Amino acid sequence: MEAVAKAVENTSLHDCRDAYAEALEKMAAGDARVCAVINDSLSSAKLKNFKAKYPGRFVNVGIAEQNMVGVGAGLANAGMVPYLCGAACFMTARAMEQVKVDLAYSRSNVRLCGMSPGMAYGQLGPTHHSIEDVAWTRILPNIGVIVPADAVETRAAMLYSLKHEGPLFLRIARMPLPDVHKSGYEFRYGIADVLRWGRDVTLMACGVMVSRALEAAHMLESAGVDARVVNMSTVKPLDRDAVLDAARSTCGIVTAEEGLAAGGLGGAVAEVLAEEHPAPMRILGVRDAFAPTGSAEFLLEHFGLTPGGIRDAALELLEKRR
Amino acid sequence: MPEAANPEHAARLKAQANWIRLSAMTMTNHAQLGHTGGDLSSADILATLYLGGILRVDPQQPRWPQRDRFILSKGHCSGAFYSALALKGFFPRDQLKTFMDPLSMLNGHPDRNKLPGVEANTGPLGHGLPISVGAALGARMRGETWRVFVLTGDGELQEGSNWEAAMTAQHYGLENLVVIVDRNRIQQGDFTEKTLKMEPLADRWRAFGFAVVEADGHDCKALRDRLSRVPFEAGKPSCLIANTVKGKGVSFAENQPAWHHGVPTREHLAAAASELGVEVDW
Repeated sequence: MEAVAKAVENTSLHDCRDAYAEALEKMAAGDARVCAVINDSLSSAKLKNFKAKYPGRFVNVGIAEQNMVGVGAGLANAGMVPYLCGAACFMTARAMEQVKVDLAYSRSNVRLCGMSPGMAYGQLGPTHHSIEDVAWTRILPNIGVIVPADAVETRAAMLYSLKHEGPLFLRIARMPLPDVHKSGYEFRYGIADVLRWGRDVTLMACGVMVSRALEAAHMLESAGVDARVVNMSTVKPLDRDAVLDAARSTCGIVTAEEGLAAGGLGGAVAEVLAEEHPAPMRILGVRDAFAPTGSAEFLLEHFGLTPGGIRDAALELLEKRR
Repeated sequence: MPEAANPEHAARLKAQANWIRLSAMTMTNHAQLGHTGGDLSSADILATLYLGGILRVDPQQPRWPQRDRFILSKGHCSGAFYSALALKGFFPRDQLKTFMDPLSMLNGHPDRNKLPGVEANTGPLGHGLPISVGAALGARMRGETWRVFVLTGDGELQEGSNWEAAMTAQHYGLENLVVIVDRNRIQQGDFTEKTLKMEPLADRWRAFGFAVVEADGHDCKALRDRLSRVPFEAGKPSCLIANTVKGKGVSFAENQPAWHHGVPTREHLAAAASELGVEVDW
């Protein structure tokens, strides 16, 4: 990650989970409707301070994700604004029918904070990876999907979420990340966040891949390629205008995400292009596979989810144009 | 004389329950879809809750924040539920004739965003109790005194999510939560005890920390008597096992698994009207 850090605002790495927990405490201090629900592990959810400060607005349902999501819908019915905080892999997959019916179909004012998503649990294996969560939540009507790029955006997206009407899925990264945003950044729901303008090719990424896309742009610059970098932190609703503008004004789009290549950010971008402006595209993600054994960092390398991998995909697109 | 003990009032409640029955059957005949058996078994429970003075709800303000919450976990019994809501005045009764019509607000299973008085979108089983536990926790967080009543099926309790929720209710001592089980002993495929044994059902709820009371689920007076004394025990969630008969009130449908989602013909409706002693006026 040192190489990545060079291309971004701040060279030190920050834990998005700390930013989310601080934001939640701040919101709870200002709004009595804010409450938290966890499924067993206080340390996984990073809510030790929240529980100490707001014990009356903290619920632990134990290891019971279906119940957790239903409880969230009930709390929302009672006028609370619940944040359900747990490992993304269990909270989505185990409770998918509750997410569909109790949250999305019901339009319940509930926030799912999916902790340690993607392949963050590395060696623990595919049972604990959550590479499917963006695809699963994105296809459901009514639910917004936010994948913050760094701790600054995690905090900003959390603060935004309190004003949002309806259910949200927020994907909170575990891997420490360099800041790609300056403090004071304001999250804009549904609006693409252009980190760097460029004319030749567009790199669109979300979550842990955003800082890597910036580093790829840095590498491409050395090769004489002017790359646009767009942080698509709101995967749903997707900023269609930003996608179409990138397709029209650059030679193509490379998407990069820490998840399945099918159905996620890349899929969302491809849907827009296919209908409105077909353009060359490369989708970087996990291709129809469960990950082998390895650390989170190793697995990102394994699947080519690196600055070099993004750079190579961009160069391929440029080559196609010639 | 307290209202519950007033024989005139009890007779009126029974007639209203029978109106709910015939209304639900007429709706099922109209849509050629529905769940007759469970509509009939739950009618007295719904009548008691909505028309017997148990639920503190206001049809003029369906989202009044201090209202009691009623959640129909067995969402397939929408015919009886919608009829009870209409009778209470949440929407005009003539809407009932749009049951399952294209673009009707009376979907096959309840939709809270379409129909006033509906608290939760239910249909898949095992959703209502977790939602109710959340609502009861929410009342406590807000320092409110309203209660949450949830009506589940008995076969429905085969879904594990109910028992996850029951554990939470016990752990947090949710005395503002009342689970009512429509114990009609028949699920879609067959009798519950032949499909997957539910007994000893009361002991199971007790083991999960609930104060349990059993009642004849067709005796509105008994139901009122029990439900007006919640919580059954201080500091515990309450469970009322309402012993019912699937298809109750209409002899040809009583205790027949085939009537779980049997669709009545016009002849069936005429026979039912005569047995129930009511007319549907919408």
